[in-house]
Amino acid sequence: MSDRQGNVVEVTGVTKTFPRGNVQALENIDLSLRPGEFVSLIGPSGCGKSTLLRIIGDLIEPSSGSVVVNGKSARQARNDRDYGIVFQDAVLFDWRTVSKNISLPLELLGWDRAKRKQRIDEMLQLVELQGFGDHHPWQLSGGMQQRVSIARALAFEPALLLMDEPFGALDEMTRERLNLELLSIWQQLGSTVVFVTHSISEAVFLSTRVVVMSPRPGRIAGIVDIDLPYPRTVETREAPRYFELVTEVRELLRSRGAHLLPEEEAALHE
Amino acid sequence: MSGMALTELKPGMSARLGRQARDWVPALVVFVLAIAVWQGAIAAFHIQQFLLPKPSAIVRSCWDQRHTLWPAGWYTFKEALGGFAIGSIAGMAAATVISRFRTLGSALMPLAVAANAIPIIAFAPILNNWFNPLSPSSKIAMAAVLCFLPVMVNTLRGLQSASPRQIELMRSYAASGFTIWRHVRVPTALPFVFTSLKVASVLAMIAAIVGEYFGGSYDALGVLIRSKAQILDFETAWAGILVASVLGIALYLAVAVAERLVVRWAPETRDS
Repeated sequence: MSDRQGNVVEVTGVTKTFPRGNVQALENIDLSLRPGEFVSLIGPSGCGKSTLLRIIGDLIEPSSGSVVVNGKSARQARNDRDYGIVFQDAVLFDWRTVSKNISLPLELLGWDRAKRKQRIDEMLQLVELQGFGDHHPWQLSGGMQQRVSIARALAFEPALLLMDEPFGALDEMTRERLNLELLSIWQQLGSTVVFVTHSISEAVFLSTRVVVMSPRPGRIAGIVDIDLPYPRTVETREAPRYFELVTEVRELLRSRGAHLLPEEEAALHE
Repeated sequence: MSGMALTELKPGMSARLGRQARDWVPALVVFVLAIAVWQGAIAAFHIQQFLLPKPSAIVRSCWDQRHTLWPAGWYTFKEALGGFAIGSIAGMAAATVISRFRTLGSALMPLAVAANAIPIIAFAPILNNWFNPLSPSSKIAMAAVLCFLPVMVNTLRGLQSASPRQIELMRSYAASGFTIWRHVRVPTALPFVFTSLKVASVLAMIAAIVGEYFGGSYDALGVLIRSKAQILDFETAWAGILVASVLGIALYLAVAVAERLVVRWAPETRDS
């Protein structure tokens, strides 16, 4: 943390106020991400975690404060295609096959056909969708669609992978399987990940650090270092240390989220 | 895992085609039955041929007078096609321009929707008067005006229907406005565009023929249908209507086939 130059993301004093209704979504956020980190942002609805993710990705602008990505402004980083993004919905293009969806960012980067084809094959293998390249998105299940979306986000090896509740719409079993797959992909590629989630267990299982946020206005309530060893497996979820960390995150959420609405409180216990 | 994944697939292409063939059978049976009932009823109830000729007589007349009817049909078809092309292209172009400027769209859209509800065909005599009533240009103009609005309204709706998430994704790739237009807005709009083109293809044929009812060249099908009805040659008039129907359906099917080729992916067209 001392070497600020080497950080992938440096968020300093970021505040965001939405003009409509004068809602303060984020207040004075400071956050640094080291290369290769897997950082989750967790908090109840309205804590601004998705807003923070979008500010890091230069999809919305902060009201004040700065975001530096790889030593550049967020705008410059976006223009340099430093971001891969995965949303809660797969956001695939129905008019493109699975292969062509993965190919889209590569086409925009001007890769030639042969290079694209090779990378598409590699990515299909990475997300275990060999043989599905010629299918259309609507022929796949939700979990498979989300794997295509991840393959597309990683295809051009972006420095930073931004994931906004990518598994939020999937059933528990698919989610746990994709958690394992995501970890294995992350370890193979060594990319830096910012992962927004509602789920405490998912955040603890995946991350090197969990950033706990509290709402109205969105603030960082605390950061929990997850010292579970990698590779993490199914057994990790049964380890005593895992439960300790889950409890730590939950209590941090509860202590700072005393003014939560009942349904938000319920969401934290899922 | 892939085995499990395979079972999650939805029915494939071949199953869908088979289902489509089966979907056609009931319609075909009803059609053949209706023609048979028509033919039978005329014989059974001694219906006068000036009220309703037998289908067989219409088809025979269609064949006997093929050297007048089909060239007349072709003449009218060309007018409809010209109007369809001009009106549709103008409609798509207008929608493209309007979609670039939000305020222009909000100013024009309510008017366009209101104009769309006007029975524009009522202007046919006026348009005949504006252009030379004997030339095809007045019919082409009529067809173009009739095609313009539905194509424009639907294309605009399509261009504005792009998913915000897809646009956000494209922006994360630092895609330009034109790239987003080409890769997201246009593909999203295409199913809307083709829906309106199918409507327009029907309207174009109606416009050309109705325009000709109010006066036109003796080479034209509408003029022929009207003059034959006036001299009580109803079999030929009906044969003219049959020619008009065949050509109208042909234009519609041509658009539908183009839609199938271009919009292969759209869930809307997959099962219809």
